[in-house]
Amino acid sequence: MSEIKFKYAKNGRLLFTKEMKKEYTILFPMMAPIHFRILQRVFNYYGYKAELLTDSTPDIAQTGLKYIQNDMCYPAILSCGQLIHALLSGKFDVHKVALMITQTGGGCRASNYISLLRKGLKRAGLEFVPVISLNISGLEKNPGLTITLPMIRKALAAVIYGDMLMCLKNQAEPYEINKGDTEKKVIEWTDTLSDELLNSGGYKLKIVKENLNKIAKDFDSIPRDNKKRVKVGIVGEIYVKYAALGNNNLEQFLREQDCEVNLPGMLNFILFKIDNRIDDCKLYGGHKLKQFVCQKLFDYCTKIQDLFSLAIKNNSSFQVPSSYQHVRELVKGVNGYGNKMGEGWLLTGEMLELAESGYPNIVCTQPFGCLPNHISGKGMIRRVREVFPQANIVAVDYDPGAPKVNQENRIKLMLSIGKENLELSDKKD
Amino acid sequence: MISVGIDIGSTTIKAIVLDDDKVIYKSYERHFSRIAEKLQEVLNALQAGPLKGMEKVHLAFSGSAGMGIAESCHFPFYQEVYATREATKNTYPNTDCIIELGGEDAKILFLTDGVEVRMNGTCAGGTGAFIDQMASLLNVKIEDIDALAKNHERIYTIASRCGVFAKSDIQPLLNQGARKEDIAESIFYAVVNQTIAGLAQGREIRGNVMYLGGPLSFMSELRKAFDDSLRVTGVLPENSLYFVAMGASYLAKKDDEVVISSIMDKVKNYTNSDNFAYLPPLFKDEKEYEDFKERHEKDHVPTLPLEEYEGPLYLGVDSGSTTLKIVLIDKDDNIRYSDYVSNQGDPIALLKQMLETIYSKMNDKAYIAGATSTGYGEDLAKNAFSFDHGIVETMAHFDAARHFLKDVEFVIDIGGQDIKCFRIRNGVIDDLFLNEACSSGCGSFLQTFASSLGYSIEDFSKLALFAKRPVNLGSRCTVFMNSSVKQAQKDGASVNDISAGLAVSVVKNALYKVIRCGSKDELGKKVVVQGGTFLNDAVLRAFEQELGIDVIRSNIAGLMGAYGAALDAKSLQLEHSKIITKEQLKTFHRKVVSSLCQGCNNHCRLTISIFDDNRVFIGGNRCEKPVTKKATDLSLDLYDFKYRLLRSYNYENSSRSFKRGKIGLPMGLNFYELTPFWTSFFNALGFQVVLSDHSSSKMYRLGQMTIPSDTVCYPAKLLHGHVINLLDKGVKTIFYPCMSYNIEEKHTDNHYNCPVVAYYSEVIQANMRVLRNPEVKYLKPYVNLSERVHFPEKIYEYIVEYYPDISFSEVKKASNIAYDEYHKYLDIIERKGLDIIAESRKENKTIIVLSGRPYHVDPLINHDIHKLILEYNCSVVSEDIIAKLENKPEPSHVLNQWTYHSRLYKAAEYVKDQKDMELLQLVSFGCGVDAITSDEVRDILERNNKIYTQIKIDEITNLGAVKIRIRSLLEALKRRKDHE
Repeated sequence: MSEIKFKYAKNGRLLFTKEMKKEYTILFPMMAPIHFRILQRVFNYYGYKAELLTDSTPDIAQTGLKYIQNDMCYPAILSCGQLIHALLSGKFDVHKVALMITQTGGGCRASNYISLLRKGLKRAGLEFVPVISLNISGLEKNPGLTITLPMIRKALAAVIYGDMLMCLKNQAEPYEINKGDTEKKVIEWTDTLSDELLNSGGYKLKIVKENLNKIAKDFDSIPRDNKKRVKVGIVGEIYVKYAALGNNNLEQFLREQDCEVNLPGMLNFILFKIDNRIDDCKLYGGHKLKQFVCQKLFDYCTKIQDLFSLAIKNNSSFQVPSSYQHVRELVKGVNGYGNKMGEGWLLTGEMLELAESGYPNIVCTQPFGCLPNHISGKGMIRRVREVFPQANIVAVDYDPGAPKVNQENRIKLMLSIGKENLELSDKKD
Repeated sequence: MISVGIDIGSTTIKAIVLDDDKVIYKSYERHFSRIAEKLQEVLNALQAGPLKGMEKVHLAFSGSAGMGIAESCHFPFYQEVYATREATKNTYPNTDCIIELGGEDAKILFLTDGVEVRMNGTCAGGTGAFIDQMASLLNVKIEDIDALAKNHERIYTIASRCGVFAKSDIQPLLNQGARKEDIAESIFYAVVNQTIAGLAQGREIRGNVMYLGGPLSFMSELRKAFDDSLRVTGVLPENSLYFVAMGASYLAKKDDEVVISSIMDKVKNYTNSDNFAYLPPLFKDEKEYEDFKERHEKDHVPTLPLEEYEGPLYLGVDSGSTTLKIVLIDKDDNIRYSDYVSNQGDPIALLKQMLETIYSKMNDKAYIAGATSTGYGEDLAKNAFSFDHGIVETMAHFDAARHFLKDVEFVIDIGGQDIKCFRIRNGVIDDLFLNEACSSGCGSFLQTFASSLGYSIEDFSKLALFAKRPVNLGSRCTVFMNSSVKQAQKDGASVNDISAGLAVSVVKNALYKVIRCGSKDELGKKVVVQGGTFLNDAVLRAFEQELGIDVIRSNIAGLMGAYGAALDAKSLQLEHSKIITKEQLKTFHRKVVSSLCQGCNNHCRLTISIFDDNRVFIGGNRCEKPVTKKATDLSLDLYDFKYRLLRSYNYENSSRSFKRGKIGLPMGLNFYELTPFWTSFFNALGFQVVLSDHSSSKMYRLGQMTIPSDTVCYPAKLLHGHVINLLDKGVKTIFYPCMSYNIEEKHTDNHYNCPVVAYYSEVIQANMRVLRNPEVKYLKPYVNLSERVHFPEKIYEYIVEYYPDISFSEVKKASNIAYDEYHKYLDIIERKGLDIIAESRKENKTIIVLSGRPYHVDPLINHDIHKLILEYNCSVVSEDIIAKLENKPEPSHVLNQWTYHSRLYKAAEYVKDQKDMELLQLVSFGCGVDAITSDEVRDILERNNKIYTQIKIDEITNLGAVKIRIRSLLEALKRRKDHE
């Protein structure tokens, strides 16, 4: 085996080369488990030895604290911590490993996780490990990674499949009569979809449509009771919203409290990020070509979302989540469309959407000191309650030092009120 | 119907028995974290008393510490705030709002117009615990605080962000000699401010207010402080301590009855999860500990009797934040007298006693030939007793460390309040690390914690040595640590495990938060550790374990500052010290008066000490004006120049007539640098532009109630006050744009504003109800000034909605004027900056590049740190003009995407090659973006061996700590120069 040659970008950044693509395993940190498992398969299909890190020991946070600036937000400490922890675990040949992390290029700190990860690697004596930025903003480029249009289409299909499974799982599981029914279906479908996505054109809209219909039908067949449960929505900074590692297993905790959980899907976030670019052009002028391209992509994603909504509506008794367009409508006059950093106005929109659609109890999750959340999360709770007085929102900070008991106490308070409201509305009925 | 409610809080268990609505039994017990045991006692008492002979009863639990036990035993449980509400509904149904303060949590419940419940966020924890801590700091019993407060004369502003911050504010007050009575009352006001700022979040507290919980039940002055601040007369209900228990008892009535004996059994058999993260033990066995002890005993300074010594003596005093240390050495550096005591809030009285002791023991043929003071109380001690010299504490510590290890490479000092570390290269300090407020108080936390469990610190630390499973407590601030300990206790950690865990936490805090050390090699091989905290063998061991090297700790580790001061006194080579004589000491007397300085707008609260010979010492001043009666010369201060220039854009008092009326700009965040742009823009459109007034803490408090997120930076929070100020001045139209993007500058990846600067206008609109007044126009366009071509058309589209008579050509013209004015302003600033640099070079002054954001020129935000710097014979310029001097910055190692922040990198690039320039970075607490910039700026500076200095600023900033930073920097520079 020949030695891998290191190549560097102009600013001295270590590149991920074509050669490396063949020999290196690409590690990436966990966020939303269903989505990311399918996404991993997309990368594998294109010849990348991608491996999703699934461990969740407390050592991850400790590793993060050791190598990443401690005032950075919690998601940086955890995701970079998970990567460095994996390198130090001995499980991988560190000379045959690359790391991959997303970079949105937005105005919040998240765009800089990658530079902090590199600084962390240097501190750990691992600066020879290349770090790949996964982005569609034209930031850092690597010869060994080419994102092609078919790949984007497959990834988008993976996202919508993930959204579908997550959405139906959340609506079915609390009510299932035979424990484990739902989880079984999720696992089966994750495998089936991953294979189909790659081998039989499962990313083509026609097939996506068929699959979504099948999934909806299948989940609808799970025997369920009709006991009323407290319905809780989770919104927030994207990492702590989805990652169990980041939110101390929030979903599981809520389920143990006999709640139905609603996690708004990931496609909305993608639509939001594309839409931001269109809004920028509208608000500040210019860039007609950019606007045109973004609009095309936006329309494609909207089409996918329509398939998703119709599939649920036509094939099951589950509730259809509101479309992106509707969320956008709701936020009008509450938060500005130009507010795009982090989760921006979408976070506020999701709170409004949840309150409107029967999930008035909301946990607004945020990393401690999250900048966009000061504005669109905590900063908007008051406005959300003005629009939907039934909204019962608790803001919870996540941080390596924040004790679980305090977080759960606050959530329980929200749940007590939610339960009371549920009983009251039952009496009214 | 009989029903029972049991409330297990963070420190106490409360039980109550109701017969319908009548309270027939109640009990209140402290549980000292032994919850299951104590609960058994409580239940036994219930069974022997009011529940005698009953088999089943309605019973429910509540309280944050009861959650675990109730859950695992499947007892009926209600969240405590929910229970409180239930109790209130049944007993005081007319209540509109409840304020409840507990040991750990603070809560506000709004009951009318839509029920809303607020609990404090993570970063504002520990209300009751905070008052406890403050009492121990003041050295009084918790009961006495209230009595003290009754006799207050004045109120100091104390940081209300959290307990740790407040503590670092109170410490210097004590050291300056402020009255305990005044501090006690100020503590209450800090609690009030913290509660309102953190919890009201835009909702007004009014109507019938009820006070609940321990602190509010026991302290009438605290209730009064709330009454005053809220302008209400709140009630303290009967059974105010039992509301949670009472609520649980009311709620229990709705549930099925429980079998009492089964509850008893379950509690008896309850074992906690025993599941917590832990670390390897500190020592394997006794043998390992013995070896360790033996090794450290080698570093020893002998102490010899003072009575027998003849000849010169040198005195060193380290008047620290919580302790007072004194060392007297002879001509051979042996210790002849030393002491280490808690300063009990009155270091001067203690020091007087110590001096008396020294004089009484001194041989007739011995004399004091030099006296030096250091530490926070350096000035006061020096002035009170006429010492010869004062030195900055970092240098005192360094000198002492060098005495033990000549070629020391790294010194780490962990005292009660502060952590100080420095790296030494070629015999001079090369890098300095001082902790910021957030990680302060680690050392004294160990002590306070030990005593709260009823241990002395010595015994407590011994417990740690052989703990089997040291708890992993993380390394955030002490407030968080406190909560983590609670969690660990709940999970079954023993006191030994906790003691060891705390020792490791203190070490990790120093290594990873203060020094930001990634690998052990960064510290070098020759490390000296000192400070009282290192006398704790557990801490020392944890440190060696974490780094994997042996370090040096002397037997006088706690006295190193004083020892260093004594060495300094010796190095003065005086014949005789001018220190107060034995005779003079007899009549020594100090009177303290406080007053408000009228020298300038700051109105510093001065603490004036008057000594028996009519000497006067002034403390609490930010500048030298009250001392020298002269204003500081500001000609070499770009901060002051900039601020005055920006304020001149105010057209509030203009006699011209303006056809379109007044428009107000709240002076904060993105306005600062763009003030010339917007004022000239609106001026050209025929508006009278009114700027909000100078920031003041009074203005801040006006808007405080509408702040939704208490952890956002102070400059942002201040904006709420500025908006109110504009409305109060009768301005009905307010312009505050949202700006994702700032002006584009060279050599950057993008030109964003930070999320808070970009969108804070949204927060203002969403949370300030005063803006909903139909008379008020709040203009909040999204604008992008770097789109120069499209700007006029876009702003026109927005503005014409509100002012249909404005024409596009008018807007276009105004835009041109605005851009011109912006550039003109930048030119003026740049020219002035270059003048200052040239002038400083002529005068051989060090040029301090005080780097932050444009809004850091607000004197309330920067606490006049620039003036402080001028007093050290330096000049002050800002990062923006220095950034312009850097034409070829190296490619950045971070994504360089924020306009203001990219200037920092460029400025650092430039400064690193300038011999006479030093960079000081101002960082607002809570500024997330500076987590990235501070590391990068440090890296850039260190590429050329420049010292990086950071100053964290917040609502209140302990200027004492700032002074130490600046003096340490300057002293290190001086020694470097001398060395060359």
